[in-house]
Amino acid sequence: MTEVLAEAIITEPHPATNKWADVWRQFSHHKGALIGLLFFAFITLFVLIGPYIWTLDPNKLDIRAKDMRPIYTVLWNGEARVGWNHPLGTDNLGKDLLAQLMQGGRTSMAVGWTGMVLALFIGALIGVVAGFFRRLDGPLMRFTDLVLSLPILPLLLVAVTLFRESLSQMLGIETGMFILIVTIIGLTSWMQTARIVRGDVLALKEREFILAARSIGTPNNKIITRHILPNVLSPIMVSATLGLATAIITESALSFLGVGFPPDFPTWGKQLADAVPRMTEYPERVVLPGLAISLTVLSVNYIGDGLRDALDPRIRGR
Amino acid sequence: MSVLIDVQGLGKTFTDTTMRLGPKRPPVRAVESVSFQIHQGEALAVVGESGCGKSTLGRLLLHLIEASEGRVMFENRDMSAMSRHEIRQLRQRMQMVFQDPFGSLSPRRTVADIIAEPMDSFGLTKSRKDRREKVAELLDLVGLPPSYMDRRPRQFSGGQRQRIGIARAISVDPAFIVADEPVSALDVSIQAQIINLMQDLQEKRGFSFLFIAHDLAVVRHVADRVAVMYLGRIVEMGTKAQIYSSPHHPYTEALMSAAPRPDPAARSNRIILEGDVPSPSNVPSGCPFRTRCPLAAEICSVERPPLIEVEPGHTAACHFATPYPIAQRSPAT
Repeated sequence: MTEVLAEAIITEPHPATNKWADVWRQFSHHKGALIGLLFFAFITLFVLIGPYIWTLDPNKLDIRAKDMRPIYTVLWNGEARVGWNHPLGTDNLGKDLLAQLMQGGRTSMAVGWTGMVLALFIGALIGVVAGFFRRLDGPLMRFTDLVLSLPILPLLLVAVTLFRESLSQMLGIETGMFILIVTIIGLTSWMQTARIVRGDVLALKEREFILAARSIGTPNNKIITRHILPNVLSPIMVSATLGLATAIITESALSFLGVGFPPDFPTWGKQLADAVPRMTEYPERVVLPGLAISLTVLSVNYIGDGLRDALDPRIRGR
Repeated sequence: MSVLIDVQGLGKTFTDTTMRLGPKRPPVRAVESVSFQIHQGEALAVVGESGCGKSTLGRLLLHLIEASEGRVMFENRDMSAMSRHEIRQLRQRMQMVFQDPFGSLSPRRTVADIIAEPMDSFGLTKSRKDRREKVAELLDLVGLPPSYMDRRPRQFSGGQRQRIGIARAISVDPAFIVADEPVSALDVSIQAQIINLMQDLQEKRGFSFLFIAHDLAVVRHVADRVAVMYLGRIVEMGTKAQIYSSPHHPYTEALMSAAPRPDPAARSNRIILEGDVPSPSNVPSGCPFRTRCPLAAEICSVERPPLIEVEPGHTAACHFATPYPIAQRSPAT
């Protein structure tokens, strides 16, 4: 009886479809994720293609056009200095805010993504190894605790002062700083991922299908790639979204302290930091980059959320 | 019939290895001095309450966990003396069917991937086409339409999943299969189908079986021989007919009387055991069953009853089990 019923259920709504079509269908049911994806696509295009359309040099100083307000200020303040040649206004040196936002976004996104991928890779590797191989669990997790207990900010400062010169000389100041910052972010933010992944692997390892794989004669590396990794994908995905946020924010913090990228190299974090002293007079200079950071992070979070649901076969198809 | 598996004094003690402060938990004796043989093409059933060490025994036989004492000989080769590589090669000859059809199939892989995994591990699939053909054949063998091979486990019912698990186990044509309560998670109506399937396959393929169960009615259909376990020890072992018609150990008798019978009139003489199973970390002295045994006497707390042969091929570990008369024994020896 049950067999018959189950068969009816199987054959009806699921003509064995392509897995990714399935994932997409589930994903598109998640409204937040869809909006997140749209916004993320928008902001990516904004920073990638934007500078080709709005060709103003973000570092061009134009003292006569300094301290202009964004166009929309006219709505409540008819006397504000606005102009279509600087739709989002300019800063105290006359640099165009829109161009800076685009250029800064490029850097922030690049740092965010690379830092996140690096942190994720280290975290997932250490987490899986610690969870899977019992003998390495103790040493690796104590190492994780050790890194977690290090005061990050002084460490960053020391690392930057130590390596800035040599890296800048080797690779040029901008690439050098980029690699330095990304490495530092990667090396200091993998711990949460490692802990989460380890916990999940520990639980997974006790599931019967892992025992089944072992009894079948599947070698350890295949067990990890075939059975463990696909099942820890969802926590990794969630850490990824959080990791992108942390990476962008850490970069801002570094810029805020003045140890990040060189001064004429805009990032969202630095724009925000630079504008803080005159926040009350020119709130847009804080709000716009701040909004860019938080909306990007939020949209990535939602995408991660939707992706996690879509990738989980237990939820998919409900 | 030649001996396929020879178990000699097998035991497993789990000790507390955590690095906590404070007193360690006492070691758990999950399996203790178990010896038996399984012949080629034979089905041995192991029955007992939960926690009596049945599953541990099955895992020990496949060397999925390391034995603390004794050894398992597979085709006259000592498994504990083998290298990891040799063990891995041996996995091709011995497979397992699991109890939980929901937990034992990886939820993210397709049926074809799941069934072909053992073959993949041993390089038995030559090409994609060959792989699909073999999977289709196996699906057909276990009574599922081959068109299901691209689906995922969650699209199947418990019985269908168990069929997939069985197809996976027989895919490499093993000589020995451990079935760890393969039907206890299924509906009664489906249990019979799965058991019949397993018996059919056994006839066709000629593998040996260790069938772990807690349900005597199920065992009756499957087994050639039955071993009854209590607290990690085998308390009685014999052919199916011997165990069912003349149980010699009071625990076996109690188990039998607990098996549901369809005839209401026959339900009269149930033996109700008092109390719970003692903890395997604190096994009673002497006979482990004495705390619940209706026959327990003074000798039971002092001396552990050895497994004695009560009739040819039938052993029981009880002080009150009566060996068959010497007169009967002499022609055999």
